[in-house]
Amino acid sequence: MAETNNNHYVAKDFKSDQEVRWCPGCGDHGILASLQKTLAELDLPREKYVFVSGIGCSSRLPYYMNTYGFHGIHGRAAAIATGIKVANPDLIVWEMTGDGDALAIGGNHYIHAIRRNIDIKIILFNNEIYGLTKGQYSPTSKKGLHTKTSPYGTIEEPFKIGELTIGANGRFFARTVDYNLQLSNEVYKEAARFHGTAVVEVIQNCVIFNDGAHDAFTSKETRDDNTLTLRHGEKMIFGKNRDKGIILRDLKLKVVKLGENGITEKDILTHDAHEPNPGIHYRLAGMSLPEYPVALGVIRAIDAQTYDAAMMEQHERVQAASKIRSVDDLLVSGSTWEVK
Amino acid sequence: MGKRSKVIEKDAVVIRFSGDSGDGMQLTGTLFSNTSALFGHDISTFPDYPAEIRAPQGTVGGVSGFQVHIGHKLINTPGDFTDILVAMNPAAIRANARWLRQGSTIIYDSDNFTEKHIQRAGYKSDPFVEDKLDSMNLIAAPITTLIKEALKDMDLDPKTVLRTKNMFALGMVYWLFDSKLKYTEDFIEEKFGKKPLVAEANSKVLRAGYYYGETIEALTPSYRVGPAPIKKGIYRNINGNQATAWGILAAGEKAGLKIFIGSYPITPATGILEELALRKDMGVKSLQAEDEIAGICTAIGASFAGRLAVTSTSGPGLALKSEALNLAVMTELPLVVIDVQRGGPSTGLPTKTEQADLWQALYGRNGESPVPVLAAGTPSDCFYYAFEAAKIAIEHMTPVLLLTDSYLANGSEPWRIPSMKDMPSITVPYAVKDDKDYLAYERDPETLARRWAIPGTPGLEHRVGGLEKTIKGSVSYTPENHEYMVRAREEKVEKIKVPDLKVAGKNNGDLLVIGWGSTFGQVTTAVSELREEGYKVSAAHFNYIRPLPGNTDKVFAGFKKLVVCELNTGQFANYLRMKHQKYNYHQYNKIQGLPFTVKEIKDYCIKLLEGK
Repeated sequence: MAETNNNHYVAKDFKSDQEVRWCPGCGDHGILASLQKTLAELDLPREKYVFVSGIGCSSRLPYYMNTYGFHGIHGRAAAIATGIKVANPDLIVWEMTGDGDALAIGGNHYIHAIRRNIDIKIILFNNEIYGLTKGQYSPTSKKGLHTKTSPYGTIEEPFKIGELTIGANGRFFARTVDYNLQLSNEVYKEAARFHGTAVVEVIQNCVIFNDGAHDAFTSKETRDDNTLTLRHGEKMIFGKNRDKGIILRDLKLKVVKLGENGITEKDILTHDAHEPNPGIHYRLAGMSLPEYPVALGVIRAIDAQTYDAAMMEQHERVQAASKIRSVDDLLVSGSTWEVK
Repeated sequence: MGKRSKVIEKDAVVIRFSGDSGDGMQLTGTLFSNTSALFGHDISTFPDYPAEIRAPQGTVGGVSGFQVHIGHKLINTPGDFTDILVAMNPAAIRANARWLRQGSTIIYDSDNFTEKHIQRAGYKSDPFVEDKLDSMNLIAAPITTLIKEALKDMDLDPKTVLRTKNMFALGMVYWLFDSKLKYTEDFIEEKFGKKPLVAEANSKVLRAGYYYGETIEALTPSYRVGPAPIKKGIYRNINGNQATAWGILAAGEKAGLKIFIGSYPITPATGILEELALRKDMGVKSLQAEDEIAGICTAIGASFAGRLAVTSTSGPGLALKSEALNLAVMTELPLVVIDVQRGGPSTGLPTKTEQADLWQALYGRNGESPVPVLAAGTPSDCFYYAFEAAKIAIEHMTPVLLLTDSYLANGSEPWRIPSMKDMPSITVPYAVKDDKDYLAYERDPETLARRWAIPGTPGLEHRVGGLEKTIKGSVSYTPENHEYMVRAREEKVEKIKVPDLKVAGKNNGDLLVIGWGSTFGQVTTAVSELREEGYKVSAAHFNYIRPLPGNTDKVFAGFKKLVVCELNTGQFANYLRMKHQKYNYHQYNKIQGLPFTVKEIKDYCIKLLEGK
């Protein structure tokens, strides 16, 4: 990542002159605000940023950022972002996408960007619905959801984004909530500092077509008891009274109450985001109600060589060994003959 | 080596190597071509192979062929009919019988003409009698027996021994032409350098084949084809895919841009990706994408980031890329899309040639989608048209479609190597750092190209995308703005200056034979032969499809009749009917997955001229 330049940015420096056209009350406003704040705090040269997106409500975000931006076509943001980053690894590439864009039409590009470990930051807005086409179910919609294209309820099992990401050999996965600016800011910064594909699932509320989809763990009444905010090196303790925790038993995660059955804090798992074995991370990312709290924060962050860096390294190696420097050199290489 | 009793002097000879797809015929043909080219022949080659890597052994469907036309005169086509056929099995006879000239020589591996093989090829009795080839000059060589004998003292497994069969056949053909073995021996040494025993076996068998030719000399005459009157210079052999890749590199160098290629493997275009993947020494970034769409989308991203970006594909892949190609139209970014056409529709004939993607290239996208379209005419031409496609893309800020095809991609010819200092310059329309007045879609008054503001440049932060924009780059659904932008993009493409159409022959006459793309060799050869025979015929060959050359109308006006020859049902003819309506266009079409033969074109033209 490029060094800071003492630009003394404020969030406003990252606001473009375009009018923001999301619905009032949409979770996207919060995401935009926390991203602008994060970028100001990171203090990296503005001209190095490229915000890339596909199609959908989330994908309008690049228009509102005063950086370089590319609003692509449906599902292809990861491929476009890959091209940008590989072409010029000096650029800082953030992809804005949604559950339909990244996981339905763009599922292929999504898993391959992750597999390659391209150094891009993927912010995946998950509202479990198609908003811009006015309310059809998505690959993350809960089974049974009634929408315009599932008038009798969906019969599909949804993807869990974390499981899919880790299954695709994802090295960084985090989860945050649209309105939680502080956690978002923290998570975005960790993603920014990570070398490689960083996926941040943002639990986002669509006020029009799927309002309250996440209330069971995002509302004021439920969030403390039904979410677990993970931080590397800290115990997996949660709850309004911080009296619940996660242990591993019979190869499964289990929610326990501190003080019950002789459970003390030392029995509770300590979060290790840097453990290469994906077993625990996969289970944490897949935790859902009612059995478990929903995990927030950085669940997995494993350093590995990025695709773009590996390519640079290979180039240097080949260049050091090759005698071909120019097209003229190339054209006369191999078998040639002279006609006199 | 050795005296020859009977030598036939020829201006040109067509040789075809034919066998099972695992018999190494493509390599044999390539080695023979390169040896001929080094000697100074003009050559043209045509590999013809099945889509299956190893089709059922001994069947006609599994036959892989490689045809070489060598000449003491200038050669423009791989030849209609074969003078010498090397047949490794009966299926190779069946597949090629109708392409043999009267009096041809057929060298065949008689060990493979067992009852089983003969039946598998679909014959009931003697293949040569059934296909009426018994009057040809037949040379039966028990190749399998002979190589076993030649290698009996070496400690080799039977598989390695059998794999040298092609070298024996090649050795025999070298004897027929009194060719030098050095090029092939050097090749063997390089290829099998790490397996000296295998290298030795191949060299030994090559020589055994050569001496076998000498031994049976009494049976057959040998040929002498003198060197061709070729322009002075340094030459190399090049095929269309390699030439395409190198043309892109040349354009990058002239423009001061590094190359990015994002592609997905597809026959017959893969060679372009493979060739560019080798060129990390020249800073080429190549990415084998997860699919065709990712191929073009990574290229669009790379173009946005400031590289000369390319994606290569064939017809089915172009279909998948069409939505993204429109994104490049809308964002007005330079991009070269190469379609190496093959037989369609759908998977069609993956290894065969056709020119049926023309309409897809011109029109296969949603909305008003103007894209310049170019088509290369010969394998080495691909270098210049790939260069030209990139030059147009950069200078006019637009995606450009380059059409080649299977015939050009795999075919090869000697190429006089150009010097980069003689190639045209390329001007990149960069936006300038910290330009306070930069507007993303403001156009150059001359070319209507917008300026290219590369991410990383301070002060030029802007957004582009697939939604309709104003000049400023803001999203706009305003009716008048949309019409203005649609027309501006259209005019930008129509304003591209392309070279005038050249006429081969006189500027007026009874008939103008019109071709485009890869039919160049057959059309020009047919027309020059017709002229020699006294017909008032000329040829006009199109490499610029959109926009068409400015003098097209003037050229057409000089002739009583026009005929458009193409390997589809008439796509270019219909395009001309739309663009130049006042003419009556005759059509000569072939849709067999094969190039035209010169004879077919001549026969049709004579019929047309004689009013039949």
